Amino acid sequence: MSKNRVLEAASSATYPLFIPFIMAGDPNEEATIELALSLEDAGAHILELGIPYSDPLADGPVLQESAKRALLGGMNLKKAIDLVPVMRQRGLTIPVIIFTYYNPVLQMEEETFLHATKEAGADGILIPDLPYEESRNISAAAKERGLANISLVAPTSATRVETIAKEAEGFLYCVSSVGVTGTRDTFSPEVYSFVNQVKQHSHVPVAVGFGISRREHVESLKDVSDGVIVGSAIMKQVQAHVDDLANSSTRQNALDQIKGFVSSLISS
Amino acid sequence: MSNFYPDENGRFGSFGGKFVPETLMYAIDELELSLEDALADDSFINEYKHTLMEYAGRPTPLTYASRLSEQLGGAKIYLKREDLLHTGAHKLNNAVGQALLAQRMGKKKIVAETGAGQHGVATATVCARLGLECKVFMGEEDMRRQELNVFRMELLGAEVIPATSGSRTLKDATNEAIRYWVANVEDTFYLIGSVVGPHPYPRMVRDFQRIIGDETKEQLREIESSLPDVITACVGGGSNAIGMFYPFLEDDVKLFGAEAAGKGLSTEKHAATITKGTKGVIHGSLTYLIQDEHGQIIEPYSISAGLDYPGIGPEHAHLAESGRVSYEGVTDAEALEALTLLSKAEGILPAIESAHALHLAFEKAKQMTSDEILVVCLSGRGDKDVNSIKAAMEKESHE
Repeated sequence: MSKNRVLEAASSATYPLFIPFIMAGDPNEEATIELALSLEDAGAHILELGIPYSDPLADGPVLQESAKRALLGGMNLKKAIDLVPVMRQRGLTIPVIIFTYYNPVLQMEEETFLHATKEAGADGILIPDLPYEESRNISAAAKERGLANISLVAPTSATRVETIAKEAEGFLYCVSSVGVTGTRDTFSPEVYSFVNQVKQHSHVPVAVGFGISRREHVESLKDVSDGVIVGSAIMKQVQAHVDDLANSSTRQNALDQIKGFVSSLISS
Repeated sequence: MSNFYPDENGRFGSFGGKFVPETLMYAIDELELSLEDALADDSFINEYKHTLMEYAGRPTPLTYASRLSEQLGGAKIYLKREDLLHTGAHKLNNAVGQALLAQRMGKKKIVAETGAGQHGVATATVCARLGLECKVFMGEEDMRRQELNVFRMELLGAEVIPATSGSRTLKDATNEAIRYWVANVEDTFYLIGSVVGPHPYPRMVRDFQRIIGDETKEQLREIESSLPDVITACVGGGSNAIGMFYPFLEDDVKLFGAEAAGKGLSTEKHAATITKGTKGVIHGSLTYLIQDEHGQIIEPYSISAGLDYPGIGPEHAHLAESGRVSYEGVTDAEALEALTLLSKAEGILPAIESAHALHLAFEKAKQMTSDEILVVCLSGRGDKDVNSIKAAMEKESHE
């Protein structure tokens, strides 16, 4: 069993952890690679590389549209995993987590998926529609390869929090509020006590995601959590600059603008 | 052979399970406990049966199709008349059961998905009857095709919300209903329309639909003093079929499910999930589905809006794998022909969905003897389909 880089990165970093999510292939492979590098440059500690899926149940409109664009461009699980070695070659050092719904994994077959993920130089997996009860086999198989299977807890998890937290690997993904991914104006004040409760049970860092899109969100979560996960807010920026990102002559300008947005979000 | 599925993990053999976001797990566990409790409570079962009797019109008749049987020259054909149930299809059995359960759980808000609108109408109907708030997600494309059902639901006091994602049909309406449920899980009950979705939905819907098979068994015992030799039913998600089959699984009765073969199994325009699909996860359940090699779900096709679902109930997947039930494809054209035949021979206009089961029944009946008995689940009436039947027939006569 090899040690896990996700936990290492999450534990040794200066808090709060910044964990961005990007959708592989939106708008194309080159943009995804460049975006990953920009985000590391902007201070990302861990990268979630999302796999586009036809029926993303846990996602709001921004990530649904993003997945649609990526699928139209021909992206799939295998091609997305194959982007990781290219990112590494170009200097990406932070841990990468492959974020995918379960069905593409089933088609590839779990073993092949884990093998490919590891070989590509990724460090973890996250499957949002695979709750604790259904994930024990793949979690164990991932662990054997030194890959972290990232678990989620939600405000409705109640008594499940303890069980899930006990076996969490890498970091624990704390869903800020009920609902799908996507930007929210405000959080319910209950999120703070929820995160506190989760932290009491967790032996790994706890990061909060779903709806984090403003500097004040990050600020308000800084003291209670170990970090934030930002997905829709970044992909909304990608959507706004989608034509520029698709084109190599205008890409750098778009990347700079997205980087500017990220800096305004996280730098204190 | 044991048919006492699902097991404690919500699996029917290797199929089923709970593949949903963590946010929903608590609600699903809560539902499972409430369901167990309700099904073990005689007062709940009595209320369910009483509502179906005095409000919905159960028991539905078992009609002997004498002229049709004679014309085909094979088995005696009986029709289980779910078309005569209130709102015109079997869907109400399940909607009544789940709505009563929601009420028992103290949930006053109901969300549902609908394809052609039959489940939406059944849900809106029972919500009106019980005074529950009702939201129905329906694909924007389906809303256009089934304008009258949208109006029916609105008349019944439901709010119909267009699903604008994906291909804007049943699959996407289900996605949207689940997304809505994720966001409102604390006070909302998701009333699913078929034997699909995460555990305990496939089991719950089966248990609320098995009344079809239970009644059939009793009625046939009275009329013929025997079991049927063959039963056919159509399968989209598969709720009328499982409701009909389930009480006969341990009996010496041959069971056939009719899948929508659309323009033909050799084309890409079909919804024959078991015949042509592969294992995968859709809407929270491991089953067979129509997908590409990368695990992206493909929009199916059928003339019948009630059968064009890319997945199938996990219990059907299990019954197919174990060989207990055979599933065969029936094309649009074959279904239309069966529909015409039944209309003219017996004065019963079936739903296009049910016409798929009729075609399969006719094929089987012809190979049987006159002392053998075949039952078809006539899951719904065809009034809703008159416009699309007309359009399809006009198109056919031009080709």
